[in-house]
Amino acid sequence: MANQNAPREHWYDGIVEAVQTYIPGNATFRTMRARNARIGTLFILPFIIGFLVFMCKPMVESFNFSFNDVKMVPGQGYELTPVGLGNYKTALLVDPEYNTLIVEESGEMIINTIATLVLSFVIAVLLNQEFKGRVLCRAIFFLPVILSSGVLPGIEHQNEFYDMMAGMAEAVEGSSGINISQALQDLLQVSGVANSFFEVVFTMIDSIYDIVMASGIQIIVFLSGLQSISPSLYEAANVEGCSGWEAFWKITFPMVSPLLLVNCIYTIIDFFMKNDNKVMELIYQVTYQDFKLGVSAAMSWLYFAIALAFIGVSSFIITKAVKSYE
Amino acid sequence: MSKNNTVFIGKNKSFWDRNRRSEGYLLKREIKSKTMSIARALLLFGLCFMIIQPILIRFSTGFMQEPDLYDSTIVLVPRHLTLDNYRIVFDLTDFPHSMLNTLWISLLVSVLQVISCTFVAYGFARYEFPLKKFWFACVVLLIIVPPTTIQTSLYMYFASFDIFGIFKALTGKTINLRTSIIPYAMMSLTCMGLKNGLYIYMLRQYFKNVPDSLEEAAFVDGCSTMRTFTQIMLPDAMPTIASCFLFSFVWQWTDLFYSRNFLSAYSLYSVQLSSIVSRMSRYFSADQTKAVIVPNGRQQQLIAIGVLICFVPLIILYCFTQKTFVQSLAMTGSKE
Repeated sequence: MANQNAPREHWYDGIVEAVQTYIPGNATFRTMRARNARIGTLFILPFIIGFLVFMCKPMVESFNFSFNDVKMVPGQGYELTPVGLGNYKTALLVDPEYNTLIVEESGEMIINTIATLVLSFVIAVLLNQEFKGRVLCRAIFFLPVILSSGVLPGIEHQNEFYDMMAGMAEAVEGSSGINISQALQDLLQVSGVANSFFEVVFTMIDSIYDIVMASGIQIIVFLSGLQSISPSLYEAANVEGCSGWEAFWKITFPMVSPLLLVNCIYTIIDFFMKNDNKVMELIYQVTYQDFKLGVSAAMSWLYFAIALAFIGVSSFIITKAVKSYE
Repeated sequence: MSKNNTVFIGKNKSFWDRNRRSEGYLLKREIKSKTMSIARALLLFGLCFMIIQPILIRFSTGFMQEPDLYDSTIVLVPRHLTLDNYRIVFDLTDFPHSMLNTLWISLLVSVLQVISCTFVAYGFARYEFPLKKFWFACVVLLIIVPPTTIQTSLYMYFASFDIFGIFKALTGKTINLRTSIIPYAMMSLTCMGLKNGLYIYMLRQYFKNVPDSLEEAAFVDGCSTMRTFTQIMLPDAMPTIASCFLFSFVWQWTDLFYSRNFLSAYSLYSVQLSSIVSRMSRYFSADQTKAVIVPNGRQQQLIAIGVLICFVPLIILYCFTQKTFVQSLAMTGSKE
């Protein structure tokens, strides 16, 4: 009891502690601390069981699959023949689509994440101000949480119908109608300013619907962060002669910036796990139509590794940035 | 604040008078705030319109007859009103039946998930136990591992289900659980359902912010652990739990991945909707055996109606619970 806050000396101390806590017959077992630890463990027991049975086992198994050639044997399950890294080679070098799709999705993901973070932050700041109809506005902005989940975006994506309608509307107006975004694009390109940068910006503008639809939760998180800032901070700043712009960068932004990390990670995960994600579709197709279980396992592990890498890098950058800001 | 300032200059003076006295500052400020609010109104209106417009278009095209779709002079208001499209979509998606299935399965699953997640989150937030960091890392892992990674082995796991070989020893056979809801109910009970890591995280965040003294007082008064949990912690946590339940319900309602993998025996609306196109071509052919090509516009119209039907119940639910959704998240999302 006395040294409960003492730093651990050995790596196995945790395990020793666990043994002493859970197995009766020693002095530690009867302490209050051990009793509480057992109650706590009881509370999370459902998770432990679920994790071991439904998560750990399948993960190990699927990791194993990715190094084997898997054949389904009717009635008995499956047969494994080790192929080493063969499946990974197939995924990266043989499969015609996987490579390009991964690169494409990753690029799109970076742009989308940045755009989502900026947009949701701006919207959250706007929704946090006082104005008429704020409740209605908030309600509408959280609709995407419902509308962009599960089966809906995948089906919605086949928006050819509306494209067709739009096309007809244009045809009626005649070719003389000026498309503003196109005109602006042409103008900027003619003037010779960094083309690729503007291309990125224009893809963002073109996909703003998707971005708004994907930023429901992020807006809620930012908004909750904004609401937790005490108004007295702004009052003090105002008394000291701080302008609204300064208050934004000196108070609002630093106070909310820790949430940036949460939102960034959430956005990345959300993007990688979307149903209408092309890589996910490809994996699904390889699994259930081609029945190449080994290859599909390798594909999903590679995909997961890439997602992890992105999460790692972005959280590193954001933590650094937030730290230096403070 | 602005009202207090006016006291010094004189309440009853006209705006211009006050403006002159403040040497133009008042006018400048007024213009600034007006411009801001107009810009804000424009921006918000545009974005709101963008979110709502697809729903409106769906709604209006739903009532159009086929010729109206190709008539370029018709944009929003249909010329030939019809309810036939709805009847066709009802037929195609096995409507009342699949919707009822979705309803009870979503309810059951989300209730199970929320109960187990609340327990787990409470354990993580309020107790110290060995390997806690390790288990919490597992929760994070649960959030970030794409379910596709493990779907194949889960699929086969449930196709030949067995607990430590007991069933095989007794009857010589394994059980195929894929045709029932049991696997998914088990997964929900053990926090492995759709996005459950997120709910654990949210609830844990909430429980962490409750002051310790509440529990200590209960303990001193001789309140048992379970009673502390159910009578002291739970009532206050209700809004957060409710919002978790809503998320769970909504996401389960529209979920395709878990429905397709584990609940294929039940005709769920989301699954029906996802395969609507392939059934359409059969539906429109005369003898039900040959497939005909359904024109693209017509296809999209019917899909639009299907999607609309899918989220109308959710929107109604959302209207009633919007406050819970937003307010409770305002309490949990903060910090970290």
